[in-house]
Amino acid sequence: MAATAPPRSASEAGPDSGKSAGRGRLRPRVPARLRQLSLPYLLLLPALALELLIHIVPMVFGIIISFKGLTLFFIHNWKSAPWTGFDNYKVAVKIHQPIGQALLHSFWVTIAFTVLSVALSWLIGTVAAILMQDSFRGRAVLRAVFLVPYALPVYAAVITWTFMFQQDTGLVNHVLHDQLHLTSNKPFWLIGGNSFWALVIVSVWKSWPFAFLALMAGLQNIPRELYEAAAMDGAGVWQQIRKITLPSLRAVNQVLVLVLFLWTFNDFNTPYVMFGQAAPHQADLISIHIYQSSFLTWNFGSGSAMSVLLLLFLLVVTAVYLLITSRRRGDADA
Amino acid sequence: MRTNRLFAATALVAALGLAATACGGSSDSSSGKGGSTKGVTLTYWASNQGTSLDNDKQVLTPELKKFEQQTGIHVKLEVIGWADLLNRILAATTSGQGPDVLNIGNTWSASLQATGALLPWDSANFQAIGGKDRFAASAIAAAGAAGKDPAAVPLYSMGYGLYYNKKMFADAGLKPPTTWAELDADAKKLTTGGHYGIAVEGGNPTENVHHAFVLAKQHGADWFDASGKPTFTGAGNVAAVKQYVDFIADGLANKGDAEYSQNQTITDFATGKAAMMMWQTASSSILSHGMKSTDYGVVPVPTLTAGATGDQGVTSMVAGINISVFKNTKNKDAAVKFVKFMTSTPEQKILNKAYGSIPPVTEAQSDPAFQTPDLKTIDGVLQHSAAPMPQVPNEAQFETTVGTAIKDLFADAANGKAITDSNVKSALEKAQSQMPAS
Repeated sequence: MAATAPPRSASEAGPDSGKSAGRGRLRPRVPARLRQLSLPYLLLLPALALELLIHIVPMVFGIIISFKGLTLFFIHNWKSAPWTGFDNYKVAVKIHQPIGQALLHSFWVTIAFTVLSVALSWLIGTVAAILMQDSFRGRAVLRAVFLVPYALPVYAAVITWTFMFQQDTGLVNHVLHDQLHLTSNKPFWLIGGNSFWALVIVSVWKSWPFAFLALMAGLQNIPRELYEAAAMDGAGVWQQIRKITLPSLRAVNQVLVLVLFLWTFNDFNTPYVMFGQAAPHQADLISIHIYQSSFLTWNFGSGSAMSVLLLLFLLVVTAVYLLITSRRRGDADA
Repeated sequence: MRTNRLFAATALVAALGLAATACGGSSDSSSGKGGSTKGVTLTYWASNQGTSLDNDKQVLTPELKKFEQQTGIHVKLEVIGWADLLNRILAATTSGQGPDVLNIGNTWSASLQATGALLPWDSANFQAIGGKDRFAASAIAAAGAAGKDPAAVPLYSMGYGLYYNKKMFADAGLKPPTTWAELDADAKKLTTGGHYGIAVEGGNPTENVHHAFVLAKQHGADWFDASGKPTFTGAGNVAAVKQYVDFIADGLANKGDAEYSQNQTITDFATGKAAMMMWQTASSSILSHGMKSTDYGVVPVPTLTAGATGDQGVTSMVAGINISVFKNTKNKDAAVKFVKFMTSTPEQKILNKAYGSIPPVTEAQSDPAFQTPDLKTIDGVLQHSAAPMPQVPNEAQFETTVGTAIKDLFADAANGKAITDSNVKSALEKAQSQMPAS
């Protein structure tokens, strides 16, 4: 550690203090100010390099590939794949052609799925977090139980859900049809129209504990005096929630909703484990759709173009969301 | 502050949003020195043929040890599940960092051949493993596009047969069917009280495509023309798909079959829930579900008319596993030696016995282990009435698009929607429109 002692102490010692010849030689002839300035960047360097390696480089490659006709004939030597300009993009956005049409359909399915899943996850998370706020017997146990879906490995959990959703032998139909007699036939959950709802159910089950966790942490920061003062002024529980709890959670919610939105929109594991490589038409999420368009049909150029379009869409949504929510918060703060 | 947050969020989106590039496979194949292959280490990707990945390791490890004793070449084994195998191969192809030797599903042969990632088996290479004529012709036909040097060597052969429950047939006074009309009539009779005439794996695109291929052949249709262009919407193709989906639409198979994709068909058959199934070399799986080999029989899949020949008489695809050498290997000589070992007559007997498949090496077929009634039926099918799946570069896309279209049609049928010629045709039209232009 001695070798990496902060430069400040070295500069304090002064260049001509002549403490140790070895150290003096090692010290580069850079002005102390510059050295001080460069230290933070030096410390950032490893993180930056990794970031570059793990995120930026693959992303740039993805963007490059989206301009190439990278099909199975070229993957062995993918540099030789022909440049196709915007052809991949044109195919993807031609919404009256089969491929563009399918992508657009998948996009709407994903939007509907994401909005429903995020809204329900947030709602359940908020309600649960508020209910868990007052101490009662067994609160700690309940809190732990609530977090289980978040802690379980996605694959194991989703596979269990698919077993439960099976038409003939699944638990869901057993309860709905055999026990409660709610349906006249055993409905299908993994194929056809219901597959969309099955997907939403699993996604909400998987996501709400995260909302619960984040909001619970947010609630700890609201001073109890606020509630006490409100109660003194005659505010009911509902009013307290509306006027104190929710406004105080605004900052948490801003990030929470955004993160949930991005996670859900991009979720690959849930539909992949539930439906395999061929998702039903009604539950054809965009992540699976892109996977199918590149890995299963071996057309990586087309898949990359779709990915870039998706990235652009998410960037725009995020920027607009942050602009709006930040402005509103700025207004509220003022 | 706001710009900071914007930037952070943008980075987050970027991190979450784009994962387009495949990650590279790895290998640590040490390079061979000069001509000697002694001391070389090969990496071998085996496909999952046994009941589990561990089972495969148990079967293969002693054989690999034997190979090491004979040649001094060490083989590092990795068994890869079917869900990952193709992706791993594609990643290895892209990065050039792959195994030395690998197993491929034989239907991928032409597609992988087109990538140029696999070593072509020209006459010299074949000579090094004992010659092309040691292998069954139908198996060689499923090892690459016609007119090109095969991209792989047949390792295990399999074929489809119609498995029927002997007791259920005897109780109903029925004989196994030879035509589709007979099968339909039998299935109708056998569908009573929670039992069904036949089980199908409706949620599995690959299985769907295999049956659609055979049925289309019988209806005189192919899925690609001579130039490799898709011809999905011909009358024969539509009739084939409709005939298959009608098993559920007509109630001969359980509606629930529409979501089967994890071999539940075998479970249903072995537990007596279904009286028939069309499957490839299923004996060991049936046994593992507790059904005795005397309780079921295997006959060729029916045809439209009894005793049909030629394309009308095709009852199976040529199913099987091929073994390939990765073209980038630094140990080509050692890799070819390993292929020679795996396709040698004694090893063929041992391995195919362990996996319940049929040796594509004709010399090995005479072993009594392959003379059981069901294997003899399958062997007859492979010799006389099996055709290779289309050996075109876009075969993988064909499996995906048509297989998924059939899966969706099954879902419609299970949900009570009518399956008509025009429904089927529009589904196949959609599938064809998703095929690449090349």
